[in-house]
Amino acid sequence: MIMTMVQAINQALALEMARDDRVLLLGEDVGRDGGVFRVTDGLVDKFGPERVIDTPLAESGGVGVAVGMTALGLRPIVEIQFMGFIYPAFNQIVSHVARLRNRTRGRFPVPLVIRTPYGAGVRALEHHSESTEALFCQIPGLTVVVPSDPYDAKGLLTASLRSDDPVIFLEPSRLYRAEKQDVPEEAFEVPLGKARAVREGNDVTVIAWGAMVPVARKAADMVQAEGLGVEIIDLRTLSPMDAATVVASVKRTGRAVVLHEAPRTCGLGAEIAALIGERALLSLKAPVRRVTAPDITVPLPKSEDYYTPSPERLARAIRELMEF
Amino acid sequence: MIERFDPLKGERLQVLDEAGRARPGLEPALAGEALRAMYARMVLTRTADAKALKLQRQGRFGTFASSRGHEACQVGAASAMAPGDWLFPYFRDFGTYLTLGYPLADYYHYWMGNEAGLRTPDGLNIYAFAIPVASQVLHAVGAGMAANYRKLKVAVITTFGDGATSEGDFHEAMNFAGVFKTPNVFLCYNNQFAISVPRSRQTASATIAQKAVAYGFRGVQVDGNDILAVWTAVGEAAAAARAGGGPTLVEAYTYRMGDHTTSDDAARYRTKEEVLDWEKRDPILRFKSYLKTKGLWDEAYEAGVQAEAAGAVEKAVEAAEARPPAKVEDLFAYTYAAMPPSLRDELDDLNAFLAGGAR
Repeated sequence: MIMTMVQAINQALALEMARDDRVLLLGEDVGRDGGVFRVTDGLVDKFGPERVIDTPLAESGGVGVAVGMTALGLRPIVEIQFMGFIYPAFNQIVSHVARLRNRTRGRFPVPLVIRTPYGAGVRALEHHSESTEALFCQIPGLTVVVPSDPYDAKGLLTASLRSDDPVIFLEPSRLYRAEKQDVPEEAFEVPLGKARAVREGNDVTVIAWGAMVPVARKAADMVQAEGLGVEIIDLRTLSPMDAATVVASVKRTGRAVVLHEAPRTCGLGAEIAALIGERALLSLKAPVRRVTAPDITVPLPKSEDYYTPSPERLARAIRELMEF
Repeated sequence: MIERFDPLKGERLQVLDEAGRARPGLEPALAGEALRAMYARMVLTRTADAKALKLQRQGRFGTFASSRGHEACQVGAASAMAPGDWLFPYFRDFGTYLTLGYPLADYYHYWMGNEAGLRTPDGLNIYAFAIPVASQVLHAVGAGMAANYRKLKVAVITTFGDGATSEGDFHEAMNFAGVFKTPNVFLCYNNQFAISVPRSRQTASATIAQKAVAYGFRGVQVDGNDILAVWTAVGEAAAAARAGGGPTLVEAYTYRMGDHTTSDDAARYRTKEEVLDWEKRDPILRFKSYLKTKGLWDEAYEAGVQAEAAGAVEKAVEAAEARPPAKVEDLFAYTYAAMPPSLRDELDDLNAFLAGGAR
């Protein structure tokens, strides 16, 4: 069935809730309103207000109570309305969600999924365009997942809901309705911890995720006309990272660009560049490049395009690498 | 009983006066054996706690948060719990753990510096105590929501200090509990200090108990050095929770007789006179006086209880110290359900180094 990412996520939630009565959904406006992006549309009618819970407006509260639910065997999903509002829950995520399995030597794992839309490009207010995935990738125990198309959104979310580890599931808001794709009606899993080459090429490897994958595709089309073959690795799971796939590709192409819409310093690009330096140095024909947002606060919509990496900027970086 | 003591009117539930005499009409109908079991738990907690402090001074224990002075709160609350109930404790809950049957050797093992000691034995409903202040109160509310969803008739008890009531998580938890009518008992050990900062600097409210009123449920202040007051209030609140009556906030008014932890020096911020004054109100002495009036206590009984506690403590120390050190693998193995390849690489690297494989 042809569907948007919003529909794909909605289906994944509905199918898993129908299959497993331990799965509950909680958050702000997830019930009657169906979420501000309508991702949870209709779920309260299907599953009732006991399982699709409109919570008081408190992010730490939502994540904190979800932790307690896992103690009694439930598998809650918490929706944080925008990534820019996840920070009040940071203590719960870092101090409890991520480490209770370890602290209790396996007695109290925390199988919950925290879903949140992230990223710029929807002409939103301040605090609604954050892409701070690296904050979460630094925390042992968390799995950080980002889909880049409707198919992966459904399959990765289903796998996340079935995972026994806590998952931070980041939904690129600019891709929610950007493209439609043929996605199977039934439930299916796309495995966590596995990157995927979404385009093959021999000259440069571009490592991207989420909303940057379509940007990478456009840049690849642009330089293809000039005879350059770009391989695009969609990381899909940012942490724990599929280092093997990244390293194997770079060893083959000898050139790498990391593309992300988060600020540069201590972004995931730094981690990936270090990884390539450690494992593929002698294959490199040029230094690893980062094409990222600058180290500034996300601007308001009128200036957003200065901030978010564009296909043109990536294409320029690719050409520069070829000329190194 | 709880309803008879209105925190907004400054009323506090006290069953035993400071001399250990039961107030008329408030004495619970507890059998002698149950009373003696509670007393033995208090003594065990005090003994085990004192041993921990000693071991810390000898370098055999890590930094430790003493429970001295909290025995009535902890043993009283845990004694009021029923099978199936849950506890979401914090780091100053030694007596609560022991009363619920947590192995003393495990508890020691943790504070000696090994996570393995914090694995609650299967079948025991004690969540791992929280160290970040007040964060566990939300967990307890979530467990209460889960109990409602699963239609379980259980009470979920959570404990915290007076300092915790200043944290946002405390207020979010109270608010969720009121909205979702969760089967929670919020038990605040108001021991007058959050490290050095006195209760008066945590809140301008006359009592902590009265905060419940604003969240739409009941609160009660009890004498936290009176084990029967704690037992009565927590027991009644837990019974109400199991019966669908929603949450209760119980403020146990007590005193932290020791330092905050072994890294603290309470002499910097409170007077000797104040501490001595509270020593006279020692919860164990008060309960002992009560048992005496009931004919349940004499020197021979005391000697037996003390000997039993000392024996249990010695055995637990020996057992905890005899445990093998943690394996490097264990430090990695519980980060995820299955070890990801990236973590496996790091473990292999560390193992290679430890095996002398590094050049």
